[in-house]
Amino acid sequence: MKGLLVKDGFVFDPMNNVAGEKMDIAICNGKIVEKIDNCGVIDASGMTVMPGGVDLHSHIAGSKVNSGRLLRPEDHYKDVERKTPVTRSGVGYSIPSTFTTGYRYARMGWTTVMDPAMAPLKAKHTHEELNDTPILDKGSYPLLGSNWFVLEHLRAKEYKDAAAYVAWIMRATKGYAIKLVNPGGLEAWGFGRNVRDIDDPVPNFDITPREIIQGLCKVNQLLSMPHTIHVHTNNLGKPGNYTATLETMKSVENLANNGKPNIHLTHCQFSAFAGEDWRSFRSGSEEIAKYVNDHTHVTLDLGQIVFTNTTTMTADGPFQFILYQMTGNKWVNNDVEIETSSGIVPFQYKRKNYVHAIQWTIGLELALQIRDPWKVFITTDHPNAGPFTAYPRIVAWLMSRKARDEIMKKINKKARARALLPSIDREYTLDEIAIATRAGQAKILGLENKGHLGMGADADIAIYNINPEKKDLASNPKAIRRAFSNAAYTIKAGEIVVKDGEITKSVVGRTYWTNVKASPSLLEIEPELQEVFEEYYTVKFDNYIVPNHHLSAANPITVEGRV
Amino acid sequence: MNVIRNVTCPICGTLCDDLEVTVKDNVIVDAANTCAISDAKFMNYSNPKHRNLTPLVRKNGELRETSLEEAIKKSAEILVDASYPILYGWSCTSCEAISAGVELAEEIGGVIDNTSTVCHGPSILSIQNVGIPTSTLGQIRHRADLIIYWASDPYSAHPRHMERYTAFSNGRFQKSEWAHYVARLRGILGKKRLSRASELVLMKEAELPVVSGGKLPPKFETDKRKLIVVDVRKTRSAELADFFIQVEPNKDFELIQALRLLVRDEEVETDQVAGVPVSLLEDVADTMIGCDFGVLFFGVGLTMSSGKLQNIDAAIALTRDLNYRTKFVIMPMRGHFNVAGANIVSTWQTGYPFAVDFSQGYPRYNPGETSAVDILSRDEADASLIVASDPVSNFPRRAVENLVKNPLIAIDPVVSPTTAMADVVLPSAFVGIEEGGTAYRMDRVPLPMKKLVDPPQNCLSDREILQRILHHVKRLRAQRGIA
Ligand code: SF4
Ligand SMILES: [Zn+2]
Repeated sequence: MKGLLVKDGFVFDPMNNVAGEKMDIAICNGKIVEKIDNCGVIDASGMTVMPGGVDLHSHIAGSKVNSGRLLRPEDHYKDVERKTPVTRSGVGYSIPSTFTTGYRYARMGWTTVMDPAMAPLKAKHTHEELNDTPILDKGSYPLLGSNWFVLEHLRAKEYKDAAAYVAWIMRATKGYAIKLVNPGGLEAWGFGRNVRDIDDPVPNFDITPREIIQGLCKVNQLLSMPHTIHVHTNNLGKPGNYTATLETMKSVENLANNGKPNIHLTHCQFSAFAGEDWRSFRSGSEEIAKYVNDHTHVTLDLGQIVFTNTTTMTADGPFQFILYQMTGNKWVNNDVEIETSSGIVPFQYKRKNYVHAIQWTIGLELALQIRDPWKVFITTDHPNAGPFTAYPRIVAWLMSRKARDEIMKKINKKARARALLPSIDREYTLDEIAIATRAGQAKILGLENKGHLGMGADADIAIYNINPEKKDLASNPKAIRRAFSNAAYTIKAGEIVVKDGEITKSVVGRTYWTNVKASPSLLEIEPELQEVFEEYYTVKFDNYIVPNHHLSAANPITVEGRV
Repeated sequence: MNVIRNVTCPICGTLCDDLEVTVKDNVIVDAANTCAISDAKFMNYSNPKHRNLTPLVRKNGELRETSLEEAIKKSAEILVDASYPILYGWSCTSCEAISAGVELAEEIGGVIDNTSTVCHGPSILSIQNVGIPTSTLGQIRHRADLIIYWASDPYSAHPRHMERYTAFSNGRFQKSEWAHYVARLRGILGKKRLSRASELVLMKEAELPVVSGGKLPPKFETDKRKLIVVDVRKTRSAELADFFIQVEPNKDFELIQALRLLVRDEEVETDQVAGVPVSLLEDVADTMIGCDFGVLFFGVGLTMSSGKLQNIDAAIALTRDLNYRTKFVIMPMRGHFNVAGANIVSTWQTGYPFAVDFSQGYPRYNPGETSAVDILSRDEADASLIVASDPVSNFPRRAVENLVKNPLIAIDPVVSPTTAMADVVLPSAFVGIEEGGTAYRMDRVPLPMKKLVDPPQNCLSDREILQRILHHVKRLRAQRGIA
């Protein structure tokens, strides 16, 4: 029996309605327990205790991420990590090597991270990298919004067949949730084209993005998936796209069950652009926030911009091609048969650039205008809007008007004059930060043992050097940033892995995947599937499947499908 | 008798995964869906004449049999004693072994480099300069109506590439040209026989039809997939092509640049470029722009001819330009079955695809400085470990001299000039035959390698050998107080 007691900290556990109360947290065998005696004690007095951070959207592993690493040696030269007796070495600012990724998240007090885009054909690659990402618990979402099997079943309105296929894909790729990127558009990109809006039919497939979104939303419900559908909208990154975003949210409004969320819009900042072109470009955050405030079926994450040199990488091939055209930077495109595309372009976000400055305000405006913190989560869509190591800065911006004003002073003048942001006074509380960076994300992911510190929860804990009684945090954003950059302690599954911002121990994290239990007739599709499969793919059916033992610590989440 | 299906072939980057291997009493007796190369491998891999079967250590100038334990210990000592060791090879083993190799290199503060340093190294540097528009091979199978092989002879080096992924495969939007292929092949073989006969009788070669002319043939306008081969000589692949363009040796760059101009609707002011009439190039450029989905495969012929990096930069730039007009992708024809995997594993663990130097305690990358050939040429390495590769035959002479004068460890299933010169030889199992693991196809699709039979006694997997060496290295370093 391994025990640990975190004593006298100010605990923020929003799921259990604990907001800064001074209390002890007892840990036994990697879980939170009622009480524990005769064990190690961490004196957390004067410090903030939260569940370990959860990130539902961060590109940390797999084929596309690795192509980004390959593409950018200049990203690595100046940012290196030496080998220590407990850690492996590594490099990388915006696309760190795998070991470094795990350590850097842990240093900030984050313990669960989801990679949001895996091409099923390359699932094995994603898992091999996740295996090499220490400390973190993790998972990955297979890309399904332009998948031929999905498009064909949905076109024929065969929702059960689509569901059976999706259940199979989760098992075959050890995937966690249904991901849609520019639904239908990536198939069109196979011939260098795109779809214009959510009602523009996909070439050769006679189905619209709207039908794909609705269809997969139904499938998600049929399978009782732990997470909602996870959507990167059509037209992402284009002026005026906020209307498509509203259409996307509305398209599944009637499919919602008892007011429960049924769609997650990811890195919404990139999908909240108003204006007709780059000159008339402005924020569409008000319209989006209004819709989200008035409805219960949507959650979103920010994709908050930070002003830095980073690497954009998405499955959205046509969007990446536009970025390449705009910047003239180096460009990787990689289309994957039957399933998806992807692209990579290095990118510099500049304060003095009008568009970038507006983008910076859009993310914060979304976070500050959406009233319920359970609906909007902090991400940078790592590394698209900036590396995940910028989270402490974003936390400081949300908690401190002063911090925002300091940046405001330095951005493009026209952007400053037009932006809504300066008119917003709201400042997040530590409790709201705990929701937006852990509790809310764990909840929408359906990870029952994460994001809280109640009995039976996983003992993943972050302790920050913040005394909420003493400091007026809003007037001291630097202190916030410092505390969240270097956790006083990070505890993963009951073990101390970080002390004073340094890794003290490296442990193996688990990989979650969704194992759908449903009626046998639904799940016995393999022979039929196999026949079509071998016509479609250049690999054999058997060789496509990722066996459970390929994951160094597989953790299937079993759900009961309703078909 | 046991038939094992869906076997991935452990030879070339085509990484065919549909082989069917029949095993009887731990011996491979038959292999189906193979090509000439893989057939030969499956039938001969176990021939004891070619295999390393016992661990060897050099004593008084001679390789002597020893125990596995002894050989592993000796290897660890060599590596711990060295101040700047090189770990080289990695393209013919599993990703699991490569991973163990990276950890070992990090532990001893050495350099890990793989064979791409001497083949597609320039292609990788080029990608780092400008990026690459590419796709998986299935995308090409389903969609490509224009296929170009440049300085690459798949018929000989990647025999099933055309049949599985390109000109002669069947796709959703592109039907197979198999029938044409068979007809053409018959024609060629017939002519070959004829030419062979005429050679014997008349002692002179019969005329083969001239393919390269001033204009594309009119039938080229049809809507079927088109296959173009560009090379310095008429290869077997060229004979199968719809069209063959013969480029003067070392003039690839000029030819690509001319095509770039034409694709951008600019004029080329001469009559000929690299021995090819400009009128023909204009047709080719039109065909490129006019296709729905084009692909340019290039071989080491392009990376190793004069211009190297420049050639690939230009080829990628041409492909990028074409994407403003239509869909076009480009792909290097990777040779060894897991050379892509060697780059991939190295990149996710260290940030860099090859030539990674750990001597400062973190990964450093500067090809030309930290690459194996350059380090050896400068005579800086004081020990080497080679995995499943034969640098003694492939490296420049100076590098080889410096390689063999210092302690040399070779892990290899087969006897080679490198194992013959080594100070320690560790016999290993063939990945994909006697040992499983993961490998990556040339388009970076991961595939499982299967263990089909047990390896000979004393032959461990590369991964296990490396892990055991690492274990000893750690112990030795702890004993000596270096950590
Ligand atoms: S083409 Fe290459 S991978 Fe395929 S069977 Fe032949 S040698 Fe093996
Ligand atoms: Zn993303």
